[in-house]
Formats: sequence, structure tokens, C-alpha cells
Amino acid sequence: MNGYGGHILRVNLTTGQVKKEPTPADLARDYLGGRGFGIYFLLKEVPKGADPLGPENKLIISSGPLSGLLVAGGGKCDWTCKAPLTGGYASASMGGHFTAELKYAGLDSIILEGISPKPVYLFIDDDKIELRDASEYWGKGSMTVEKMMKDKFGEEFQCAVIGPAGENMVSFAHINHDFGRQAGRGGVGAVMGSKKVKAIVVRGTKSVPVADLEAYRKAGMALYKACKDAEGLKEWTRYGTTIVTSWCNEVGALPTRNFSAGSFEGAQGIYGQTMREKIVVTDKGCFGCPCPCGKYSKTKKYNSYVEGPEYETIGLLGSNVGIDDIEAVAQANLLCDEMGIDTISAGNVIAWAMECYEKGIFTKQDTGGIELKFGNADAVFKMIEMITKKEGLGALLADGVKKASQEIGKGTEKFAIHVKGMEQSAYQTHNATAMLLAYMTCDVGAHHNRAWAITYDIQVGREKVVPEKVARVIWLQHFRPMFDVLGACRLQWVELGIDRDLYVPLLEAITGIHRTWEDIEKVGERIWNLTRLYWARENADFGRAWDMPAPRFYEDPPKTGVTKGQYTKLEDVNKLLDMYYEQRGWDSNGLPKPETLQKLGIPQELVA
Amino acid sequence: MRLYVDSSRCSGCNACRVACSLSVFGENNPKKASLVIEPHFPAPGVYKVRVCTQCGDCAAVCPTEAIKQDAQGAYYVEFSECNLCEACVPECPEEVMFVRPELADTAWKCTACGDCVAVCGTSALWLGEKEAVAA
Ligand code: SF4
Ligand code: SF4
Ligand code: SF4
Repeated sequence: MNGYGGHILRVNLTTGQVKKEPTPADLARDYLGGRGFGIYFLLKEVPKGADPLGPENKLIISSGPLSGLLVAGGGKCDWTCKAPLTGGYASASMGGHFTAELKYAGLDSIILEGISPKPVYLFIDDDKIELRDASEYWGKGSMTVEKMMKDKFGEEFQCAVIGPAGENMVSFAHINHDFGRQAGRGGVGAVMGSKKVKAIVVRGTKSVPVADLEAYRKAGMALYKACKDAEGLKEWTRYGTTIVTSWCNEVGALPTRNFSAGSFEGAQGIYGQTMREKIVVTDKGCFGCPCPCGKYSKTKKYNSYVEGPEYETIGLLGSNVGIDDIEAVAQANLLCDEMGIDTISAGNVIAWAMECYEKGIFTKQDTGGIELKFGNADAVFKMIEMITKKEGLGALLADGVKKASQEIGKGTEKFAIHVKGMEQSAYQTHNATAMLLAYMTCDVGAHHNRAWAITYDIQVGREKVVPEKVARVIWLQHFRPMFDVLGACRLQWVELGIDRDLYVPLLEAITGIHRTWEDIEKVGERIWNLTRLYWARENADFGRAWDMPAPRFYEDPPKTGVTKGQYTKLEDVNKLLDMYYEQRGWDSNGLPKPETLQKLGIPQELVA
Repeated sequence: MRLYVDSSRCSGCNACRVACSLSVFGENNPKKASLVIEPHFPAPGVYKVRVCTQCGDCAAVCPTEAIKQDAQGAYYVEFSECNLCEACVPECPEEVMFVRPELADTAWKCTACGDCVAVCGTSALWLGEKEAVAA
């Protein structure tokens, strides 16, 4: 099939059976790939009420039609499953070179099913596909294992590996690849660990067909040219995502000490400029990327190498835990990567524990003698280890901030910064209503990448609660995630500002099917509604209450910084939701109306 | 003409290798590219890029004279004349002369077409005269 690997690989870990099926043409037509394939298989094949860490859950790993080809940024891989962190939908996007390799092995998706009786890794060398004993790797760090595998099989193989935290099923365990790229959020690593799959190793040497070779080469080259000609290329490549750190601090969007403020007095120490000067050794890109955001660093203080830290990690494991030293942030990043936990959730939940400690809710007895105060880098390192091992306080934090705060009570829920159980990523939203709404309604929980609306807030007036903002969030939620569906990166559009219409002839030349952005966004809307239905199917009480932000944002304004005293009134939070539901064609409890589903052509088989 | 590289600028994206396989074979298949990106991770965290210098050592040993020179002085493989003997492979000082019978029924090498240069976002690659000093 043009633009596709052509097969879905099913791996039944319980029986050890592996089986290839042709990728259905109508699936590719209606859901395109990536997250589209993910939600389709999740709804269809994972039974209602499945235990996220049980044999019925599936881990669905998909490339998209733009992956691995002559496409600027065609290196994104989607990991979908039922989320152990939230009990709802998880879809984590991973950069690097894995998705391209899958495709060149002739695969569009891998579906991991069941649970293996013993630790294994999945080995794919084109058509040679085997489950192999992983006992020599089990218990080891993710990058240690990746290095062992690269040494054993060679550079042509790409590896996705879980760390000890994935093995221990920490609810926000992630999957590591290419020494620093992750499928980060929702606990996808815990699902892989529950299945006892330590790693997936893949090499593909096949050619991928496209519909119109000449048109494709022309359109592909045009996209690269636009990126290379873009004004912002140099600056963006120099700093990557850390380019926003100083801006966030200036506008009061940099999460500081558990989101209690939006500017940090020690921010200079963690600015992108500081980082570039002090620790970066090389730029590191995903497959096909002309504007590599990856910054690979070496710390002097810890004598260590790590990819990053990128902005989200700086926000969460820097200012949000009160750390003003980029080397310490980098070291915390490295520990998270090696242990296999998501830096965003880790920084968020540790910050919550620090606030509990400073308020006297936790004592040294609870922390095992650790002085768990904001700014204590050694305490952060130790907590990462304790979370990984589920040791002492780490066992509580390993369940994520929602469950931890519910267990502790005493008002700590009010400063547990999450939506739907997913820890909020690095934008402070006391006074940025579009971004707040984006977090509230994001399909996996409080994650930024579906609708990065913070710049729009600043542009149109941050405290405004107007329909235009809601419409903007909805449009972004349809448009941006389509890059995850197509298997490519969105940052060329976001950061370099290249014309998105350049993708239209390219996608057509690859797949042979003409689609406008309007057509593509329609698929995005269908997927968005399907994920909503998934949440409702899995959670009997799902509805409006699940979309509420952390109370801190509507009742506990910052006491310092540029957003001092600012917050969003509860009535405005509700007003945002009312407008959002109405514009989406959802009822007042936030569930899609039957006529909305009908309009979107959602197949009955998926929602029954 | 030949290809030049500054490895310290490379970010390992492999866009060049896709462009190359399209140029040389008309296929999407970076395993059939004529330049090599070697990542060295986790330490010291560098990419080493190997490209053809158009030195002609491969052509000198080819028993069927399948490796020819174009008007710009770049050597290319005339696919129909290659018998996969592999004599050229060990001659290449840069290790960028390829024979992989499982992938192609001919040897292949860089033709200095410049397509990789066109997609390299970090300007790690450029074309220049053979004698030119690295820019
Ligand atoms: S911009 Fe960053 S995330 Fe996107 S493809 Fe390039 S390196 Fe990967
Ligand atoms: S110049 Fe052409 S043939 Fe040579 S490595 Fe680049 S793309 Fe390949
Ligand atoms: S295109 Fe440039 S940056 Fe990318 S791998 Fe090739 S030489 Fe390196």
C-alpha cells in the first residue's frame, strides 16, 4: 500500500505467537495511521473495564503515512493503550528513528497483547520476528540496555526500552529510545512492563512505495526548502524547546514551586541560553528533521551525558521543584530516562510532595530522613530512585499526584496539579484561559501538546473568556494531533512557521489520495470524539467534573512574580467549559450528543 | 565535484540518506544510501559522517570497469556492468562503497548529485570542487 509498511504485527505474549496481517486499506483511508490506528484498535479490541496492567490491555505502536519518508520531521511514533496513570486514554508520541525503522521493516503497527510468562524482548529484523529471553537485560537501566543492544546487533537496529520503573509498573513509567527520546506520558512504559516486554528491537531494509515518485520528491524537497529558508531556523536549532524558558518566566507561565507562581527568581540559571553555553555538546534530531530541537548535553558536575533537558523537563524538574542549576536539572533528567519515568509527572509529583513537606504534612519520618524542600537537588535525585523502586514515600508518589493526594487528604488535593489524573506539564495557567481550557479538555489529561494555546492567550488578552479562545483551542485540538496521526512532527509548522499547505501535495503523492487540511481536520475531530467516548466507556462517572483544573488555578493566586494575585474565577472556568461543550456539540456534562456522532460518521461498532 | 561534510554540525537525522536512496535508486530506503551517519552515544555524543571523496580508488580496481567518471569528475556505478565481485569495497578509504546483494543487485556509491545537501537542515553537507579546501 502506497505510503505504508503494509502490515500490522500482532504479538500475543501469553502464547508467544506472532502474526502479521495486511493493513486494511479502509483503516488507512479513514484513520490514516499513528494515533488514528491507536484509538481504533483500543476501542475495538480492548474490552470495557480492562485492567490497564492486565492481559486484556494492549499496547498499540504505530507509524503514520509520513513516517520515515522524505518529510521534514517524519520521525514520530504513537504509543496507545489504556492508561495506568488515569484509567482513561493514553497516546504518547515518541520521536527518534524507531518509527522509520518499523516502516522499513514493512510494519505500520505492532500490537502487544497478553502477558508474557517471563521477561522477553521483541526482535524484528525484517521478516525475522522473534520473542527472545530478556533475563540479561531485566532490571537494568533503559539506556544501559540500549547500548548493550546496539553493541550486540549493530547501529542499524533501533531500540525502544523500558527502565526498572516500567518493570515495577510505576504509573507514569515511560519508554526510552535513541538515548533520550521517549514515549513519555500516561504510563505506557508500565503497560510494556506489565507485559514483561523489556524492549523492542527493529531493523528494516525494505523500500517503502509511494503513489507518485516524482511528485513526491518535488513536494518533499519543497518542504525541506521551506524549513531551511525559514527565518527562525538558526535560533530554533540553537536552543530547541528551551527557547521558551525565558519567555515563560517573563510572562509568568513558568511553573514554580508546585505551580504556586509563574516566575522563578533563579530562572536565569535554567534558561536555554545558560544551558547552551554550559552543557550542550551537539544538536540531535529525529528522523528526517531539518531543525533538530534535541540538545545533547554533558554535565561537568556529575560527569554525565544526557539528551536534553528540554523545556518541559526544565519547567518541572527545575523551577517547579525550585532548582536553579541547569546541571542538576540535566542530572535529574538523566536519572528519569535511565530509570524509565516521565520527567513531567516526576517533577510535578515531587513538587507536590515538597509542598506537603514544607507545610508539615509530611515529616522526615515520612520521607525516610530526606530534607524534601524546594531547591534540594539531592532530594529530587533520591525521590526519583524511590519512585522507581516504589520504596517508602516513593510508593505513594508512584501512583501519580491524583491518587497520592486522595490518599493523604488534608487539603492536599487542592494543590495536586493534574487533570484526569495526569500531572500538568510546564505552563502555569492561573491567568491564561485558553491554555487552561486546553489542559482541562486535553484527551489524555493535563498535557500541552494537543493545543499549545498560551501564545494566543498573550496575543488576545490572557484573562479574556471569549468564544474565540474556545474556538482556537478546538481547532488546535483537531489540527495539531493530526501530526501524530500522520507520523510526523508539528514543530516545523509551529516553530518555523512553514506553510501547512506544503503537506497537502506531499501526502497526496505518498498515498495517492487527495486530502485538503479540511479533510484531515475532520479525521482529527472524529478521533477527538472517539477518545472522549473511550473515557466515558471506561469510567461510569465520567463527565464535566473530570474536566476541572486543579483548584489552585481558581482559588489560590500566586503570591510572587509577574502574575501575582491573578487567577481565573471558578465561574469563568465553568463558562469556558459551557462554551467548549456547546461548540463541540457535546451535552452539558461534556458527552458527545448522538447527532454530533452521526455528523462525524462515527461507526456504530466502535461505540456500542 | 565532490561532497564535503562537517560532522560536528550533523544531528543524525538521516534525511540525507532518504534523499540519497531516492536519487541513486529511486526508492525510499536509507539502507541503500551512499553516505553513512555513525552515532556515538551515549558518550561522547557525536555523529560521525562518512562521505565519498571521489578519489577514484574503487574505479581503479573494478575488473569490469563499471565505475565511470561523469563530466564533473564524479565517479558513478553503471549498474548494468557491475558483477558484484566486491573488489571495490575494501579499496574505499572512507568505507562508502557498498555491495549488499540482499538489497541491490549492483554495487553503489555517491554520484555527487547534491540531493543530500538540499535536505540537510544543519548545513553539515556541501558540494565543492574536488581540490577545494573544506569551506
Ligand atoms: S523539531 Fe525536534 S521533535 Fe520535531 S522532528 Fe525535529 S528533533 Fe524531532
Ligand atoms: S551527493 Fe547524491 S549520491 Fe552522493 S551522498 Fe549525497 S545524495 Fe547520495
Ligand atoms: S541531513 Fe545533515 S544533519 Fe541530517 S544526518 Fe545527514 S548530514 Fe547529518
